[in-house]
Amino acid sequence: MKRWLNPRSALGITLITAALVALPFVVAMGGQAWVRIVNFAILYIFLALGLNIVVGFAGLLDLGYIAFYAVGAYTWALLASPHFGLHLPVWAILPIGAGLACVAGVLLGSPTLKLRGDYLAIVTLGFGEIVRIFMNNLNAPVNITNGPQGITLIDPVAFGAFKFSGNTQIFGFSISGPQKYYFLLVALAILVIVINLRLQNSRIGRAWQAIREDEIAAKAVGINTRNVKLLAFAMGASFGGVAGGIFAAMQGFVSPESFSLIESVMILAMVVLGGMGHIPGVILGAVLLTFLPEVLRYGVGPLQMAMFGKMLVDPESLRMLVFGLALVLVMRFKPAGLWPSPERKRELTGGA
Amino acid sequence: MGVLLEARSVAKHFGGVKALRDVSLTIREGEIYGLIGPNGAGKTTFFNCLTGLYVPDGGGFEFSGTPLLANAPHQAAERGIARTFQNIRLFANMTALENVMVGRHVRTRAGVLGAMLQTRQTRDEEAAIRQRAEALLHYVRIEDRADDLANNLSYGDQRRLEIARALATEPRLLCLDEPAAGMNATETEELRDLIEGIRKDGTTILLIEHDVKLVMGLCDRVAVLDYGALVIEDVPAVVQKDQRVIEAYLGA
Repeated sequence: MKRWLNPRSALGITLITAALVALPFVVAMGGQAWVRIVNFAILYIFLALGLNIVVGFAGLLDLGYIAFYAVGAYTWALLASPHFGLHLPVWAILPIGAGLACVAGVLLGSPTLKLRGDYLAIVTLGFGEIVRIFMNNLNAPVNITNGPQGITLIDPVAFGAFKFSGNTQIFGFSISGPQKYYFLLVALAILVIVINLRLQNSRIGRAWQAIREDEIAAKAVGINTRNVKLLAFAMGASFGGVAGGIFAAMQGFVSPESFSLIESVMILAMVVLGGMGHIPGVILGAVLLTFLPEVLRYGVGPLQMAMFGKMLVDPESLRMLVFGLALVLVMRFKPAGLWPSPERKRELTGGA
Repeated sequence: MGVLLEARSVAKHFGGVKALRDVSLTIREGEIYGLIGPNGAGKTTFFNCLTGLYVPDGGGFEFSGTPLLANAPHQAAERGIARTFQNIRLFANMTALENVMVGRHVRTRAGVLGAMLQTRQTRDEEAAIRQRAEALLHYVRIEDRADDLANNLSYGDQRRLEIARALATEPRLLCLDEPAAGMNATETEELRDLIEGIRKDGTTILLIEHDVKLVMGLCDRVAVLDYGALVIEDVPAVVQKDQRVIEAYLGA
């Protein structure tokens, strides 16, 4: 029964744990900025796995996923900042954020139930933009979101007196804010991975897969496709909401700018590039797409300076160029993603 | 034998085309009931109305004494009506076993919370689902293909898998839409044994079929549709000799 207790797996788990614990201290040698980048990679893993439920499992192409992230982030920002003078504790805000995002998910889901593929993508894209524009303009007549200026001085995650920002001394070690967030994020990411895995091999997970494969047949075997689809939207949205809350707390600042269409596209690209519906693939996609721009920023910029003495191509525009190229290449040579699930690979290569 | 399904003046139009004109028929518990007719007679339309994929424009169904809701396919399945499709509709990229496991959906309860927490109840139910699905694959004799993708099964095995998936919903009425289409003589013979076995195990069967020999040999009663209207509903021996049926098939 307890397969994971055999010596090899135990060794593997020990090594992975050791690597995960050591990682923030190793990258910190290159500066705290790198710890923040690692943190964002994990946050994106979280987001991508949330979107994977909607896109990968249920096959509903959602281009407005960032809206739920925004809902979560603004929930935290409004309930834990001087903006309204509210400072609710983490155990209250995160569930509220997840709940509101979940409601937003159902709101988006219910009118789009009959849409599929491209049509659904367009509607969800519009929804994402609507949420962003709301955030941008809800500063008058009553100032709710502070408009384009965003909300500042947001409280960090804190459990009692233990704050996740600033340095803490533990056993003579100094642990920085980003390093503390790292551990929080890893814990959350492990949680979301476990939830994803368990959902995938469950009655509901199979129902999602069935809807993705053939909606009419799914109905005919008695799956209430309306409810099951809404469930996918709601679950995915809740994950987005939690990720948004952590994002707001970690940054201490939110503005509508962080929730643009390109962010939705990025998260979708992580899911597709990595391998839709395959959890390790999605994690790989999230890590790659988070690090790539940073590598370009720290690598290509200085490289150009060294070679030509000036910046010829702005790393930011190069990023889009490389993304585009990478996507085209992956779709051409590995259409199921970089690390697809075995089934999906068979499906696309047509082999038995 | 009690009445299991009663169709009362079921009508369905597509624009100006009257696909079903006031079709009324009665299926009794435990019988194999054949529904035949030339191409375009409205057989599949009748199926789609019955299983809730179409909303009839008139009339309705009564299933074991209570009316069936229109436009509620999942409720039809819950009430005990399962179907297969004329052009096989499997979950192509799921394994044969998973296909049948999906069929258990309507008879099981586990929700998201149970799956996330892996409660004892959920694990037990999951084990029961798997066990039942394996037994059904064995029942239709494709147990050795359990881990193959549905897509990669042979045509005959796909038909069998579709029947297993339908049986997984524990139907009281199993509707088969041209199950013998494209099968050779041996496969048809095996299918016939399978259908008879299913009936023996207590499931009523509604069969759409083109293979007249199969229908006449297998069915207790047969209904003939032509241009959306019911021509006759009787035992095979009578139907076979009916002048209107011969005309419908041969053209008059």
